[in-house]
Amino acid sequence: MIVNGKERDFDSGITVNELLEKLNLSKDTVVVEVNLEIVPKDQYAAKILNEDDKVEIVSFVGGG
Amino acid sequence: MLEVGKIKVFVNEKLSEVGDNSTAYDVRNLIKKDADIVILNGHIIKEDMVLKENDRLTLIKRGEVPTQDELEALLVARHTPGVHEKVKNASVGIAGLGGLGSQVAVSLARIGIGRLLLVDFDVVEPSNLNRQQYFIKHIGMFKTEAMKDLLTAINPFVEVETKQIYLDETNIAETFLDVDIIVEAFDDPGCKASLVNTVLSKLPDKTIVAASGIAGYFSNNSIRTKKIKDNFYLVGDNVSEAQPGCGLMAPRVAIAANHQANTVLRIILGEKEV
Repeated sequence: MIVNGKERDFDSGITVNELLEKLNLSKDTVVVEVNLEIVPKDQYAAKILNEDDKVEIVSFVGGG
Repeated sequence: MLEVGKIKVFVNEKLSEVGDNSTAYDVRNLIKKDADIVILNGHIIKEDMVLKENDRLTLIKRGEVPTQDELEALLVARHTPGVHEKVKNASVGIAGLGGLGSQVAVSLARIGIGRLLLVDFDVVEPSNLNRQQYFIKHIGMFKTEAMKDLLTAINPFVEVETKQIYLDETNIAETFLDVDIIVEAFDDPGCKASLVNTVLSKLPDKTIVAASGIAGYFSNNSIRTKKIKDNFYLVGDNVSEAQPGCGLMAPRVAIAANHQANTVLRIILGEKEV
């Protein structure tokens, strides 16, 4: 699948939660978009990603 | 009925009738002889010019505090005509009034934004003054009230509404229902993500301009504005987190804040690309 514009290899059937874990990102500080649709946080555990999905993840760091 | 041989022009934003061969300096000599700055249709003129119908002439005496009536006209004179009307009609919500939010609010007030909705729950603390736009006299005041005080002193023609609440998933949508654009200006990364997620899913017709990675004194040029999707812009270097050894400092925070403010302005003026 494409993650933030780069082709990456992950097991098929991976959920958003599992992808975030593999990328070492906290689910509390990210915005996740799959095929241009925002995925609500309460769906991270259920949302399964497919091979041809285009995933965009914005991870926020503190400071303002 | 307009008299024969007269044209109508706006002098300090007031409709006036003048002779149809009148020049800018003729009108100045008639209305405000001691004005040393003459602005015709938004540009300062150094040579006399014949006035045309609907010209806008602004007469200023340097150093004189203008009346409330004159003030707005004078502020407008610095803005490109056509731009001001759009900016004046815009309504922007700012979530968080710290280093980012206080600077965004000041910049948007200076360009004559129509309406600002300022949301913060916190009070001004001494440590805020290293980068936030408050003064010593504001210490202990709610940031919403302190910012309203500041903005009124800069441009009293901005409609400022304040909400002194802690924003979370339960109140974000109702809070920002009436604004066109939302500026994410929080400090905490969880609050940042929560605001952006909520706006994108519950207020899809709004645009949000967020920031991430603004700490330290890294290169100016590593602060970038990215368009993540049609209604989501992100400012910062994405990595420079505020932490011990990498504090938030006025210059870089202000660079990021003004990326946000200029993005807001560009969106208002129909410039959707970064």
